[in-house]
Amino acid sequence: MNSLIPLLVAAPLAGAALLLLGGRALDRFGHWIATALAALSCAFGLVLFFDMLGRDTEHRAVTERLFSWIPVGGFRADVSFQLDQLSIVFVLLITGVGTLIHLYSVGYMAHDERRRRFFAYLNLFLAAMLILVLADNYLLLYVGWEGVGLASYLLIGFWQHKPSAATAAKKAFIVNRVGDMGLSIAIMLMFAEFGSFAFRPVFSAAGDASEGKLTAIALMLLLAACGKSAQVPLQSWLGDAMEGPTPVSALIHAATMVTAGVYLITRSASIFNLAPDAQTAVVVVGAVTLLFGAIVGCAKDDIKKALAGSTMSQIGYMIMAAGLGPIGYAFAIMHLVTHGFFKAGLFLGAGSVMHGMNDEVNMRHYGGLRKYMPWTFATFMAGYLAIIGFPFLSGFFSKDKIIEAALAKGGTEGWILGTCALVGAAVTAFYMTRVVLLTFFGEKRWQPDAEGHRPHPHESPRTMVIPMVVLTFGSLFAGGLFSLGDSFLHFLEPVTGHEEGHAPLSAFAVSAIATVCMAAGVGLAWLKYGRKPVPVQAPRGSLLTRAARRDLLQDDFNHAVLVRPGSALAATLVFFDSKGLDGFVNGLAAAIGGLSGRLRRIQTGYVRTYALSMFGGTLVLVASTLLMRSV
Amino acid sequence: MSPIHALAAAGGNSPSIPAPHVEYGQLSPMLVVFGAALVGILAEAFLPRRLRAATQLGISLAGLVGGFVAVVVLAAQGHATTRAGLLAMGSVAIDGPALFLQGVILLTAVLAVLTYAEGRLEPRINGHRIDAFAAQAAAVPGGEQERTATREGLRTTEIYPLTLFAVGGMLLFPASNDLLTMFVALEVLSLPLYLMCALARRRRLLSQEAAVKYFLLGAFASAFFLFGTALLYGYAGTVRLGEIADVVAGTAPVTPALAVTTQNDALLLIGLAMLAVGLLFKVGAVPFHSWTPDVYQGAPTPVSGFMAAATKTAAFGAMLRLFYVAFPGLRWDWRPVMWGVAILTMVVGSILAVTQQDVKRLLAYSSVAHAGFILTGLIATDRRGVAAVLFYLLAYSFVTLGAFAVVTLVRDSKGEATHLSNWAGLGRRSPLLAAVFALFLLAFAGIPLTSGFTGKFAVFQAAAGGGATPLVIVGVLSSAIAAFFYIRVIVLMFFSDPQPAGPAVAVPSALTATTIAFGVLVTLGLGLLPQYFLDLASKASLFIR
Repeated sequence: MNSLIPLLVAAPLAGAALLLLGGRALDRFGHWIATALAALSCAFGLVLFFDMLGRDTEHRAVTERLFSWIPVGGFRADVSFQLDQLSIVFVLLITGVGTLIHLYSVGYMAHDERRRRFFAYLNLFLAAMLILVLADNYLLLYVGWEGVGLASYLLIGFWQHKPSAATAAKKAFIVNRVGDMGLSIAIMLMFAEFGSFAFRPVFSAAGDASEGKLTAIALMLLLAACGKSAQVPLQSWLGDAMEGPTPVSALIHAATMVTAGVYLITRSASIFNLAPDAQTAVVVVGAVTLLFGAIVGCAKDDIKKALAGSTMSQIGYMIMAAGLGPIGYAFAIMHLVTHGFFKAGLFLGAGSVMHGMNDEVNMRHYGGLRKYMPWTFATFMAGYLAIIGFPFLSGFFSKDKIIEAALAKGGTEGWILGTCALVGAAVTAFYMTRVVLLTFFGEKRWQPDAEGHRPHPHESPRTMVIPMVVLTFGSLFAGGLFSLGDSFLHFLEPVTGHEEGHAPLSAFAVSAIATVCMAAGVGLAWLKYGRKPVPVQAPRGSLLTRAARRDLLQDDFNHAVLVRPGSALAATLVFFDSKGLDGFVNGLAAAIGGLSGRLRRIQTGYVRTYALSMFGGTLVLVASTLLMRSV
Repeated sequence: MSPIHALAAAGGNSPSIPAPHVEYGQLSPMLVVFGAALVGILAEAFLPRRLRAATQLGISLAGLVGGFVAVVVLAAQGHATTRAGLLAMGSVAIDGPALFLQGVILLTAVLAVLTYAEGRLEPRINGHRIDAFAAQAAAVPGGEQERTATREGLRTTEIYPLTLFAVGGMLLFPASNDLLTMFVALEVLSLPLYLMCALARRRRLLSQEAAVKYFLLGAFASAFFLFGTALLYGYAGTVRLGEIADVVAGTAPVTPALAVTTQNDALLLIGLAMLAVGLLFKVGAVPFHSWTPDVYQGAPTPVSGFMAAATKTAAFGAMLRLFYVAFPGLRWDWRPVMWGVAILTMVVGSILAVTQQDVKRLLAYSSVAHAGFILTGLIATDRRGVAAVLFYLLAYSFVTLGAFAVVTLVRDSKGEATHLSNWAGLGRRSPLLAAVFALFLLAFAGIPLTSGFTGKFAVFQAAAGGGATPLVIVGVLSSAIAAFFYIRVIVLMFFSDPQPAGPAVAVPSALTATTIAFGVLVTLGLGLLPQYFLDLASKASLFIR
């Protein structure tokens, strides 16, 4: 049965290779091959899942070693997969949502002439993401980490004829490099400290290492997580990443890849648990980001960018939960999974709206669409209710648990975190209600597109609707199902560990307060956007609104603090390079050329000169041979 | 009693000369080639003119391929390793290095002969295909006789038997186990080469000048070699390499007649130095290199390629045998001197190449620099050094042959356009040819994934292992200088605008194409998968004494 594990990765990888190398012959049906292979991978995942459920708790984690990758002296890296409870959750999420989004893309990308390439990249992403979550050592994880980065880059820039898409792809790639450096440094530190970077030896030896070293490793891992999961201070790329086709935003920049940071921290629990300072850093990053993203989400008129702010904020919840230690890991993953469902559903809904509205993204140009797109409206509403934490839907269960865990941290810290989480919940309700009101309710504010075509909103084709409907089930019921008898918690406990937190408030009180916050957010949004007509042109807005529209000035900050000094440094280096180094190199070249010109004169063309030089050479040779003996 | 009288008396005691015992089987590679050469002369004498070119090509290829097959069979029978031995009364050694180098020389010669027969490059005259060689070698350049011969479409088909004789000498050169045999081999390989250099169809004066220079300087160098032989005989009382080593080591009984001179180390050292001069001349080491650019430029290009590849291989083979079999005991004397020669050769060769404007002269200086690189392997004085040199020679031969074959294809109305300015922008008009030439240049420069890198790595590794690290540093620095002028040609070909009335690239027949293709194949093969050939060279690296 374990031999299925490599096939999980191999199926989409083969699809990517086939589609990229297959050429135009596959243009007509290549996308179905990719979808079938994604579904096959998903089927393997399900088989492995049920096989795992059939075993005792102690025997659920299995390892499948494929081959020795880099055996050099004491350095050893294997291509080896580890399937445990944590990985299988990710496998099912990745392949399940992945398959649905492949199916959705069949409809969404139907008229794109580079469709085959798009599906090849999607398959490549699946393979890389599966390697990331299945690796049993950090080096192989790094391969997957870079692989998803590559796929993300290729897909954000898929419409590279648009300069904005090309720039966004580059931005995502470069910002991610900063995080990737963190991961590679963490791996090097691990190897220096433990002599290995496989999970098992590192985690078992972590107890013997000094706290300082563990904190260093953990902070580097946090840096990596910040890059991939768009957390402050490396968050700036996610909003621009919405330049990619919407299915990409749904799969990579909402449901799966951006949650890799949460996976990394949860997987490295053994290290973080022993480095409390690093955990504090994780919590701070998570709390700051959850508010940051929520505020940005409130101000955006671009539907996808509003959802991107929301993604950032929701991942902030997860990171914060992961930073809380054993009381939070399982809830972080639980929120990750439910978020995967409802956020993917919301993005697919947004894509469906854009599909019907001539690719318009400005919500101020929507309005009253609920009658024209009933399926899209219904599924979007399910996702909306789930994300704001409407009682007894998915988001309600998972978010409440995180708020509880934050309060359970205890002391002032617990109160601060809990308050942040509750404020975040209220703001979430506000901006999501705003999105729904602007899009589906109110007056029609439709505008003709650049070529003067008036939009004719219509429901999307069946290949797009079916995935949205399937995801709706997840948005509605996954949270309840997971919470039923704490089944999800007990399933993950052997990997992540669990401690029951002691919140100063009862679970019921927390739920009640959260629901009140949510209701307040909804009400405020209704007052602002539901009761009175929405202007087509965005009003000037308050200082905070204007800052939030500019992503809270993140790019201005990066430009002033990083780009400008970087350019100055580069200019200085260029100066020294061209004046100093090049001067030396060119001088050397000129000297050799000059010497060559001098030496050439010896080559007179006269035999007598040649004979003389031979004779002289012989004399020197004989003399020096004799001399060698006498010395 | 004077030594002379003693010698006469000793000779008087053995009245009959014993018939030499000759192992024809093991000598078959050389015998086949010499036999083919004789058949070629007969064909030249008796066949009608129009049949000669094709027949000569057939004879040559038969002889050379036959010789190669014989080498392979001998190697397969173990004559390179366990059954290696001294033949023909001890004057010839058939062992690993000898068979390896004979194989290389024969393969090189096969490909060179293919380029000789190329008839598509020159325009036809009266419907006759003509080649790169003079219509009638004896005709005065520019004279009436030459014009008549050209008009009639004559060809100098003697080039084929001449080449076979030269190849025969080259086969014997690295296999000769005594100084006299070595000298005879040297002359047998040199004399035909002097003639071949004079045979260019175009620019005949330059060609003849090159031949005369080569002959005069070659004779000068041979004289040194012969003088050195005499001095060594005076010292050791023998010309056998192994026996000289015994005398040097003091393990051999001293011939009473030579008791006086045997004690005289000056004879030994001067003799050694003079032998070295003779051989260093042939490989083109500085300061005995001055003939190389003039001769390579003047000689017909196919002959230049053959000389650059095969002569160097044979001469380095002889040099290896001389130093490793006869003078291992003197390595503390000759190593420092050879250090100096190697450094001078690498540095001067590389620096002089920087300002060359003619592609053939550029290749000539490049061959000088390469002689220096090979010398560093020789200086290692162990089996790894031998193996490295053998591999280097194999790699270098094919690159050189291929590069000169490419040079024959770039032509304008006056023949080959060898001035570098004519090569500007070649990559735009003939991307394939320019890419092939670029590959050869990269191999010369020793860029990884080409045979040149593997070869250079092997010799430098051997030299460093033999304690010659400073030499390796100089070698690497010279390689850097050398890389400049190789890459400069690549830049010229691919990144310069073509000249408006630049040369055209002639489309060759399958003959030259085969040579170039083989060159590319070997260059890439030895760069990508060198292990088999490194092992082969390593297995063949033991000299028999």
